[in-house]
Amino acid sequence: MNSLTLLMLLPIFGSIAVAATPKTKEVLSKQVALATTVIVAIATIAMAMNFQRDNVDLQFVEKYSWIPTFGINFAVGVDGLALVLILMSTILAPIVVLSGWNEAHGGRWSVKTFYILILVLEAMMIGVFAATDVFLFYVIFEAMLIPVYFLIGEYGTGERSVAAVKFLIYSLFGGLLMLASIIALYVMSGAQGGHTFDLQVLSQLEMSSTTQNFLFLGFFIAFAIKAPLWPLHTWLPDAAASATPGTSVLLLGVLDKVGTFGMIRYCLTLFPEASKTFTPVIMVLAVISIVYGAILAIGQKDLKRLIAFTSISHFGFITMGIFAMTSQGHSGATLYMFNHGFSTAALFIVGGWMIARRGSSTIADFGGLQRVTPVMAWSFFLAGMSSLALPGLSSFVSEFLVLVGTFTRYPVHAVIATFGIVLAALYILIPVQKALHGPTTPGNEALSDLNLREKIAIAPVMAIIIALGFYPAPLLNVINPASAHVIAQMGFTDPAPTNGDK
Amino acid sequence: MDAANYLYLSALLFTIGAVGVVVRRNAIVVFMCVELMLNAANLAFVTFSRINGDLNGQVVAFFTMVVAACEVVVGLAIIVTIYRSRRSASVDDASLLKR
Amino acid sequence: MTTSNSLVYLIALPLLGATILLLAGRRADKWGHILGTLMPASSFAVGLYQLSLMLGRSTEERPVGQKLFEWISVGSFKVDAGLLLDQLSICFVLLITGVGTLIHIYSISYMSHDKDRRRFFAYLNLFIAAMLLLVLGDSYLNLYVGWEGVGLASYLLIGFWNQKPAYATASKKAFVMNRVGDMGLSFAIMIAFATVGTVSFAGIKEQVDQTSTGALTAIGIMLLVAAAGKSAQFPLQAWLGDAMAGPTPVSALIHAATMVTAGVYLITRSNFIFDAAPTAQLLVVIVGAITLLFGALIGTAKDDIKKALAASTMSQIGYMTLAAGLGPVGYAFAIMHLLTHGFFKAGMFLGAGSVMHGMNDQVNMRKYGALRKFMPITFITFGLGYLAILGVPPFAGFYSKDMIIETAFNAGGIKGILLGSVTLLGAGITAFYMTRVMILTFTGKARWDEDAHPHESPWLMWLPMAILAIGSVSSGYLLSRGDALVHWLEPLFEQHGEHEELLAPILVSAMALGMVAIGVAIAFLKYSRQEVAGVAPENVSIFTKIARQDLMQDRFNETLFMRPGQQLTQVLAKTDEVVIDGAVRGVAQLAMSSSSLLRGVQSGFVRSYAALIFVGAALLIAAIWVVV
Repeated sequence: MNSLTLLMLLPIFGSIAVAATPKTKEVLSKQVALATTVIVAIATIAMAMNFQRDNVDLQFVEKYSWIPTFGINFAVGVDGLALVLILMSTILAPIVVLSGWNEAHGGRWSVKTFYILILVLEAMMIGVFAATDVFLFYVIFEAMLIPVYFLIGEYGTGERSVAAVKFLIYSLFGGLLMLASIIALYVMSGAQGGHTFDLQVLSQLEMSSTTQNFLFLGFFIAFAIKAPLWPLHTWLPDAAASATPGTSVLLLGVLDKVGTFGMIRYCLTLFPEASKTFTPVIMVLAVISIVYGAILAIGQKDLKRLIAFTSISHFGFITMGIFAMTSQGHSGATLYMFNHGFSTAALFIVGGWMIARRGSSTIADFGGLQRVTPVMAWSFFLAGMSSLALPGLSSFVSEFLVLVGTFTRYPVHAVIATFGIVLAALYILIPVQKALHGPTTPGNEALSDLNLREKIAIAPVMAIIIALGFYPAPLLNVINPASAHVIAQMGFTDPAPTNGDK
Repeated sequence: MDAANYLYLSALLFTIGAVGVVVRRNAIVVFMCVELMLNAANLAFVTFSRINGDLNGQVVAFFTMVVAACEVVVGLAIIVTIYRSRRSASVDDASLLKR
Repeated sequence: MTTSNSLVYLIALPLLGATILLLAGRRADKWGHILGTLMPASSFAVGLYQLSLMLGRSTEERPVGQKLFEWISVGSFKVDAGLLLDQLSICFVLLITGVGTLIHIYSISYMSHDKDRRRFFAYLNLFIAAMLLLVLGDSYLNLYVGWEGVGLASYLLIGFWNQKPAYATASKKAFVMNRVGDMGLSFAIMIAFATVGTVSFAGIKEQVDQTSTGALTAIGIMLLVAAAGKSAQFPLQAWLGDAMAGPTPVSALIHAATMVTAGVYLITRSNFIFDAAPTAQLLVVIVGAITLLFGALIGTAKDDIKKALAASTMSQIGYMTLAAGLGPVGYAFAIMHLLTHGFFKAGMFLGAGSVMHGMNDQVNMRKYGALRKFMPITFITFGLGYLAILGVPPFAGFYSKDMIIETAFNAGGIKGILLGSVTLLGAGITAFYMTRVMILTFTGKARWDEDAHPHESPWLMWLPMAILAIGSVSSGYLLSRGDALVHWLEPLFEQHGEHEELLAPILVSAMALGMVAIGVAIAFLKYSRQEVAGVAPENVSIFTKIARQDLMQDRFNETLFMRPGQQLTQVLAKTDEVVIDGAVRGVAQLAMSSSSLLRGVQSGFVRSYAALIFVGAALLIAAIWVVV
């Protein structure tokens, strides 16, 4: 089955099936949702097998006329970059459903609705990466906010409404700037050979550098909010602290990737000149994000907020890799997106279990978990090691590629960013020490270790983290041609070895 | 006879209706004034129809009448309900939407 | 280069052991320690087999390699998961697996009362695997994986009893300070790729001639930072003392014999870089010389037997670093001292563990005394190690340390005299503090706690100690007989012309022995002639006080890095909340207040709405009028 449209429709059918289940049979809705996500994951993997790795053109292309009056098409297709991200999204979905089996029960709405929202969100996650029509991308980009808004606002904890609104307003603000740019592109395309929203046609548009700069900013700010880049990051800790763990996984693991994905797919493709103009600024912001996110993570007392800040640091790495414009940096950044999805998922999922058992997300409330719940503690530890990019685990490969790729062109940036690895050791080991080591804190003696369902949910994540650390070739082979293509289109070549100017 | 005179009459009726809507408190009277404005518009339509020599305006007038009839049905029902619950037909008393 | 398909088993076996033991959980409690011991033992067997193969080949064909798979390949950045076993790495392989196996055996008994013994063996196996990867990797990036892997294993083992908060903190400290060093290794790899275009040992070696000295110096200095972090060299030495929180076999294996010597391996392995970068090489020597004295001085004031030995380790690695910094003439001696030190220091640590085992885990030497009669085997094995570290002929340390002192003197000019004096002085101080340890622990009157019942350890514990003691006695002679090790390693290093000898070898030996004698004599006068207080006396000189506090290393780090870092964290957290998020919330606040202003228009009175509609309509018509 090689149809992206069908792949998008599968979760929609699933959500209809969930909707058809009676409200009282909550387990049935969960089972239907799980079955759907598993099928989608298998279908995606099957599709990825048919992907031609060395072909840099879009593959699995489909195009249906949608609103002919405005030249809008339902057009989808993937390159290596999009395929990797779709794979990540659809593999994460069943893990999220299974790991958060009971997390919908604390919500204001029914359990059934939770899974409908998740499935609708999954369909849109596939669509947002697959869209090749700028208008379609925009529609899904904005529509994705709605299920997430409800997932945070109706099922979250703490100040969930405030966090949900903050998330929505932030994202909408960015989205509107992007809409303005999209409309400008549409208008200009009319003057240069017919109105269209087709990405490939739009990328050939001729425009003055001033126009390009303004339109670039419209897109970039939207993506920088999504990604999130310093100083547009403050919605993320609040949202992550209020959302359920499963929602956080989808939010940080997948939705935020739309930001970095968009930087490559839209900012670089549509506005190559403006991208070069703004690169110095963006590189600085990325480095600030890396160090700033890490330092703030060290200072957090709440587990979920801590994980959110580590992600800000990681997104700094991804952005830095993208704009370093070397094949190592670029491939590293794409691989980083995939790996970050899983390492953050592991942290949030296991952290979520810890929080659910203890009834508190304050790190100081835990303590000595390694003796009480060894499997859970080990899972958290391994997830943390992946987050600090321990060699042998998947994040190391991507982080090191980003650093090496950046160093060849921007040594100073890379050097400052490398200090992030010491900070990473601190922001992981401090919560590990407080939560897992030390004497058992009163109230923790009777916590239960992971049950079979939870072990099944976390095992694939751990397997992927370890396997890709030792053997990243399957993914790199898909990513490399796409990255090289982008770099070449931008007119860059990797810096040759200098031999120290001898 | 000059068709403009009908337009003057229409404008006069409309103004009377408008002033009535703004100054009167009784919901029934306000309602009648709204009707008066609608009919002033009708008169204008018919007049323009006459001036242009086609039937478009008259057709619109019929539409307006139908809409007005519907509006009367719904509007009166609302007024009666408000009167029943609040023992008053004053529009100023029914400022519940403020909060 | 010759290829071999069996290199991977060296690493795979202990890694498999660690995986099985960790995944099997409590089910493996009964047999976990046996499996855990078999794995490094079989690796040792593979290592011996490789050595026999290597001996059978001619000098040029001795190095063997194995390419496992293509690990990372992006653009011109290509790194294979490749292994390289040459004359240098085989030394390490045998040391790691050999001493490692002995320590596994020792741990079976030492840890028998711990209910988490299986987990302990899993960590030890993980360490062996990572350490082997470190010495077998054929590129800096492969080495890096092992490098951080041993850091992880060290973290896990230091914090093995992490239910005690101080131990958990010690493990964290070790990991973080190691990461500072790792950062240096990252930089070195990045600079190497940017300047030379490859990160493999062979690739860089080929291009050294075409690369500028500046670039090589930068790589060298960064490698030195990495080495300092891992080998507890100045200024990244502060973690080693705290690392003694781990169980004693860990201190013997990781923090004496193997992991902490990885820095010396790194410098020796990178000989082609350092030989071409004199500035970096000079820095290596300086770091080694400082650490040598630094560790020795700390060792004189420590009452904790393990911390005294740790300070001694630091000092001895200082010797090795210094030797490695002396260039081709010193590499072989650095490795020789590393190997002999691996024997005698591991043996002494195991001895210390044996003493603690018999003394209810007491580590304070002021609470020991007179143990010679109760623990004869421990006394003898420890004593042989003691003689070896002092450099008394014909024990192992005599050969290796004397060669370093001699080479230091021969470095030429003022540098040579300075370095020679430092190494001589270090030998004297070493003699002092080691004699102090011996006297306080084994002789004099018993100063035990009331509930102490010292006894000799079971055979599973003393057998490894005995084997290591044999090594402490004989390894120096065996390795230097006919310059065996020097000739063995020779093909790996660029050879330069013979250095002039400043002093005759016999004279150097005499001076060294003289210093040792002075050190021993002072220690005897101070600790054997008078009563040793059960608690450390307070009325001591300021120097002793500073030495007790590890020469202020922790206070230095705290004042310069930790406190400002914590303050920065707090300030930034506040800034993020107040300034950045404040700006965001300010915008929201602005929208709210302007909307509440406008809310007044919505009075709720239908008639005012109607009036507004009319006014609006009138304005609209008027506007159209004006425009049209």
